[in-house]
Amino acid sequence: MSALTLVAHQLRYDQKAFWRNPAAVFFTVMFPVVVFLILAVVFDGSTIAVDGGVEATTYYVPAIMALSVISATMQTLAMTLVIAREDGRLKRGRGTPMPAWVFIAGRVGNSIVVAVMMLALLAAIGGALYSVPFPWERLPELLLTLIVGAASFCCLGIALTAVIPSQDAAAAIVNALLLPLYFLSGIFIPEDELPGGVIDFANHFPVRPFFEAFFSVYVPGAGGAIAWHELIVVAIWGVAGLVLAIRFFRWTPRGG
Amino acid sequence: MAEPVISISGLRKSYGDHEAVRGIDLEVQAGEVFAFLGPNGAGKTTTVEILEGYRRRSDGEVSVLGEDPQRAGREWRERIGIVLQSGRLDPYLTVRESLGLYAGYYRAPRPLDEVISLVGLEEKADVRTRKLSGGQQRRLDVGMALVGDPELLFLDEPTTGFDPSARRQAWDVIAGLRDLGKTVFLTTHYMDEAQRLADRVTIIAGGEIVARGTPEDLGDRESQPATIRYREGEREVRVETTTLVQTLNELTGEALRAGRDLDGLEVTRPSLEDVYLELTAPPEESAPAAEEASR
Repeated sequence: MSALTLVAHQLRYDQKAFWRNPAAVFFTVMFPVVVFLILAVVFDGSTIAVDGGVEATTYYVPAIMALSVISATMQTLAMTLVIAREDGRLKRGRGTPMPAWVFIAGRVGNSIVVAVMMLALLAAIGGALYSVPFPWERLPELLLTLIVGAASFCCLGIALTAVIPSQDAAAAIVNALLLPLYFLSGIFIPEDELPGGVIDFANHFPVRPFFEAFFSVYVPGAGGAIAWHELIVVAIWGVAGLVLAIRFFRWTPRGG
Repeated sequence: MAEPVISISGLRKSYGDHEAVRGIDLEVQAGEVFAFLGPNGAGKTTTVEILEGYRRRSDGEVSVLGEDPQRAGREWRERIGIVLQSGRLDPYLTVRESLGLYAGYYRAPRPLDEVISLVGLEEKADVRTRKLSGGQQRRLDVGMALVGDPELLFLDEPTTGFDPSARRQAWDVIAGLRDLGKTVFLTTHYMDEAQRLADRVTIIAGGEIVARGTPEDLGDRESQPATIRYREGEREVRVETTTLVQTLNELTGEALRAGRDLDGLEVTRPSLEDVYLELTAPPEESAPAAEEASR
């Protein structure tokens, strides 16, 4: 049995469990769609003063896509891995011949499947309701940005499990970290409304650079090239997450 | 004699200053159901988790299926099955899917329908695990450990907290494992469970082995004083004796000569439960240490 077969096997079951979990589906799939629709309705017709003026509805497509990718990767992984750890499922899995990394690979694969799906869903909604064009001509740049971002936020999600003591604390800790960053990074509030100092501050964390890199390849007239500088900041966070994950990830329950 | 499936000698495990396991020796032979019995905090789970490869020992020799669990790899894991003391399954997968997930981890898994019927969950095969009762979840736990068709199965306190009917069902499942020719290493703090299921019992208390034997001869019950009881009119007579045959002969002989009956005559030996409680009764001062180890 090849390693790839094992990962595919694990991924198949992780996908089943994901789509049957109402909380996961609501927060990862429904929530971003609802937030996008609300923001689009509220700000429809206004222009946001970035890159010489972008329609608000166009602005929010890559913004909510960035949020969806982070939600599908970092948030989903941190929460489901803590639950699996505290349920003793990680420990049980280690008692089988399955290599430990296969379990993680299955979960990461699950996150990436959901992230790509959300990208397609939001692109379709943005295109159909607000005629926001999908950047087909920049697909390779878009995919590269997505891969670097998804991989980095997966590593951060796995690293984050080390500081989450229990299942109950998982959602609280993840949201306490991410929600302020979404606000400060121009994802909910358009960035021309934010004081310059806020953006400078947010630039040090991974959410804002990822959004910028995504925006740069998604929105026509925003440059269209890969935002290397931003992408490298995201990748540095990702590598830091990976190092911490390797050092501090635990397979056995912390409570009980 | 064939090489034992499990052999331990001089095993020690310390957590900081506390020594949870203090130099134990034991062997488990192929095909037997071995019960490792002791109160909470006696060192059972520490020992079984060392055998399973989850914990590293502080000292001593351990061999499980001919390998050191600390260094054993995938091949070794193909041959063992583990039921942990606590743990929950993925709540959104059904019984069949949970088993199917694990079947994919093994080279030669047992057919799923066979496993489902071994643990008596035919009726629940397509029910999600969150809808199962505690007893049913536990039987599925056993099923998850069986799906790889292991030679050796570890069961850590499989019926703790169960109601009597759930226990009985779990016992039937475990008793069935013997018929499959599996070697079973069972930890429990219930004497009756060990008595009902095991070929051999070893009792651990305070990190040391205090008794070993078959459920019948454990604690040398044969040599302990027996109690004879009967009624003489309204009066209850109770005689303790270490020479049972002789005392009984005298009593019954006397009664026969006198032409009277010994109403309610009964001879009892200390129950296994009595022996167990006596053996594992902690010395007063070591009680807090035992509690700490149970965490």
